Amino acid sequence: MIEARSLSKTFRDRKRGEILAVDDVSFRVLPGQIYCLLGANGAGKTTTLRLLATLLAPTRGTAVVAGHDVIGEPGRVRARVGFLAASTALYGRLTAREMVTYFGRLHGMADAAIRERLRLLATELDMGEFLDRRCDRLSTGMKQKTSIARMLIHDPEVMIFDEPTLGLDVMAARAVVRFVRDCRDRGRTVVYSTHVMAEAQKLCDVVGIIHSGRLRAEGTLEALRAQTGEADLEEIFVRVVSQ
Amino acid sequence: MNTRDIGTIYRKELTDSLRDRRTLMSTILIPTLVMPALMFGVGRIATSVVARARREIPDVMILGGSDSPGVTALLSKAGKFHVVPASADWRQLISDKKIRAAVEIPAGFEAGLNAGSAPPVVIYHYQGELKSGLAMDQLDAFFVRVRDRTVAARLAERGLPPTLANPFATKHANVAPPEKVGGNLVGGIVPYLIIVLCFTGAMYPGIDLTAGEKERGTMETLLCSPVDRVDIVLGKFLMVLTGSLAAMFCSLVSLGVSLAYVGSMAAGGGRGGSLPAGETAPMVDPAGVLGVLAMVLPVAVLFSAIILTVALFAKSYKEAQSYVAPMIFIVILPAVVGMLPGIELNGRLALVPILNLSLVCKEMLSGVWSWRYIAIVFASTSVYAAIALAIAVRMFKREDVIFRA
Repeated sequence: MIEARSLSKTFRDRKRGEILAVDDVSFRVLPGQIYCLLGANGAGKTTTLRLLATLLAPTRGTAVVAGHDVIGEPGRVRARVGFLAASTALYGRLTAREMVTYFGRLHGMADAAIRERLRLLATELDMGEFLDRRCDRLSTGMKQKTSIARMLIHDPEVMIFDEPTLGLDVMAARAVVRFVRDCRDRGRTVVYSTHVMAEAQKLCDVVGIIHSGRLRAEGTLEALRAQTGEADLEEIFVRVVSQ
Repeated sequence: MNTRDIGTIYRKELTDSLRDRRTLMSTILIPTLVMPALMFGVGRIATSVVARARREIPDVMILGGSDSPGVTALLSKAGKFHVVPASADWRQLISDKKIRAAVEIPAGFEAGLNAGSAPPVVIYHYQGELKSGLAMDQLDAFFVRVRDRTVAARLAERGLPPTLANPFATKHANVAPPEKVGGNLVGGIVPYLIIVLCFTGAMYPGIDLTAGEKERGTMETLLCSPVDRVDIVLGKFLMVLTGSLAAMFCSLVSLGVSLAYVGSMAAGGGRGGSLPAGETAPMVDPAGVLGVLAMVLPVAVLFSAIILTVALFAKSYKEAQSYVAPMIFIVILPAVVGMLPGIELNGRLALVPILNLSLVCKEMLSGVWSWRYIAIVFASTSVYAAIALAIAVRMFKREDVIFRA
C-alpha cells in the first residue's frame, strides 16, 4: 500500500528562485489497485513518483510505502519498490542477464535465488533469445523487457511506473500496459503516471489529476465523470486543470 | 557502510569499464606505450636526426680573408665544410638555411698570426638551429686546430717541448652506482609522467561513471536500488582509483622493462654494442620504484575523488570533459616545477600537493631517502585525499547535483 501525506517538494533555482514542484499532495493506493497520476509535462508527476521511490526527499509531508516511511526508512522502501521510468536506462555494456543479476545482488539476493527468479522472468517475458546479448544491441522492445525484469527481480510489493511507454512503438507499449495489468491482478500496488489519456482510461482504477504540483481531482473514472459532467477522460482532464 | 554492496558495485563497474575502449586506452594502453615510445621512439628519432645532421657537410661562407690565403686554403681543403662563394646577403642565406654558417677572417689575420697577435675570427651562425650549430662547432674546432698547430710550431722554433703549453690532461671517472645514474637520468621525467598518467587514468572512468551515467539514464536506475548512496559512491570511487593506479602501474612496469632493455643493450647484450670504458649502464633502484608506488597511492585517491566530484556535477559526458580536461594544467604545472633542476624538497614544498610528490619521487628514484619529508608528503597528501573523498560523498548525496538537468 502507498499513502502519501501532504507531500511537498521545493527546488531552488538560481534564476527562478524557489519552485514548488509538488504542493501538499495526499493520496492512497491499495494493493491490487492501479492509481493513474495524470498530468501535463511539468505538472509534478515525476517529482511525486521520485518522492515515493525515495530518489528525492520531500521538503514537507511524508509517505508510507509498503509499511515504511520514505523519510525514516528510504532503504527499506526501495527494497520493496520496483521503479520503471522512461529515464531509467540499462547499462549498454552489460548483457541483459548481467544487468538483471546486478540489480538482484544490489537487492541483497543470493546468486542461486537470482538465477531461479531470472529463469522465471525470462520465460514469462520471453527473453530467452536475447538474455546474453549486450543491452546496447537490443531493440527498444527487448530493452523494455529487460527493464521490467530488472524492476521485478526482487519481487516488489509496490510498483511505480513513470511514463513507461514514452518513446515505445505500439506493440511494445501494449506489452507494457498488459504487464501493468498483470501486476494489479497479482495483488501488487501500482502507481502509473502518464499524459496519454487513452492509456489511463484502459488501465486506471483510480485517477489523480495533478496540475502545477497540486492534486486537483481524484477518484474513479465514474466519480470524475459525475463530478465534471464530462464523459471522456481528456475532457475531464481539460476541465479540471482549467478550473 | 556495506562492504558487500560496495564490492558488488565495484565489480560491476570494473566489468563495464573493461568493456569500454576509451577507458582501456587511457588506463592501460597509453600508460604502457608512453615510456617505450619516449625512450625508444623519440630517442631513436632524435638520435637519427642528430646523426644525419652530423653526416652532412655544411655549406659555409668565408667573409674577407683575401690577405690570408693560407687559412682560406686550409678551410677549403679541410674536407669538413663545403665553402661557397662569398655573397653580400650571407645573413639572409643563413636565416634561409641555404648556408649553415659564415666565418669572417679579419683583414691582416695571417700577418697578425705570424707577428704573434691576430685579430679575432668571427663565426656567424643561427642560434637554436641544429645544423648551423654543428657547422659552428666544426669551424670552432678547425680554428682551435690552427691555433694549436701555431703554438706547437712556435714552441718547436724555440726548442721547447709541446707539453709546455699543455702540461697535464684531465680524465673523467664515474663513482655513482648504476641505480643513481639511472635515477638522476629519469628522476625528473618519471614522477612527471606518473602524475599525469595517474590523472588521465582516473579521468575517463571518473567521467563515465558519473556524468556518463547521468546522461545515459543509468544513474537513476542505480539509485532505485536499496543500496545506500555512500556505498554507491565508494564503489564507483574504487573503480576510478583502479583506473588511476592501473595507469600508474602500467607506466612503471613499462618503464622498468624499457630501462632493463636499455641497460642490457648498453652493457653489450644487444646489437647496440657495449658502453665506453668507465661508463655505467643506467638502472633504476627497485626500492625507489616501490617507494614511488607507495607515494603515488594517496595522490591517486586525491585525483580520483576530485575527478569524481567535478564530473558528478556535470549533466553530460561532454560537459564533464570540459570541466575535467583543463584540470590537467593544474596537475602539470606543479609536476613541471618539480622537474626543474635546483628545486629541492623542503618543509613548505612538502605540503604543496603534486609538487611534493614530484620532488620526493625524484629523490627516491635517485636513491635519496629523506624519511622526514617522505612522512610529511605522505601524510599531507593523505589528508587532502580524505577531504576530497568526503566532498565526493557529500556531493553524491545532494539531489541538486545528482538530478541536475
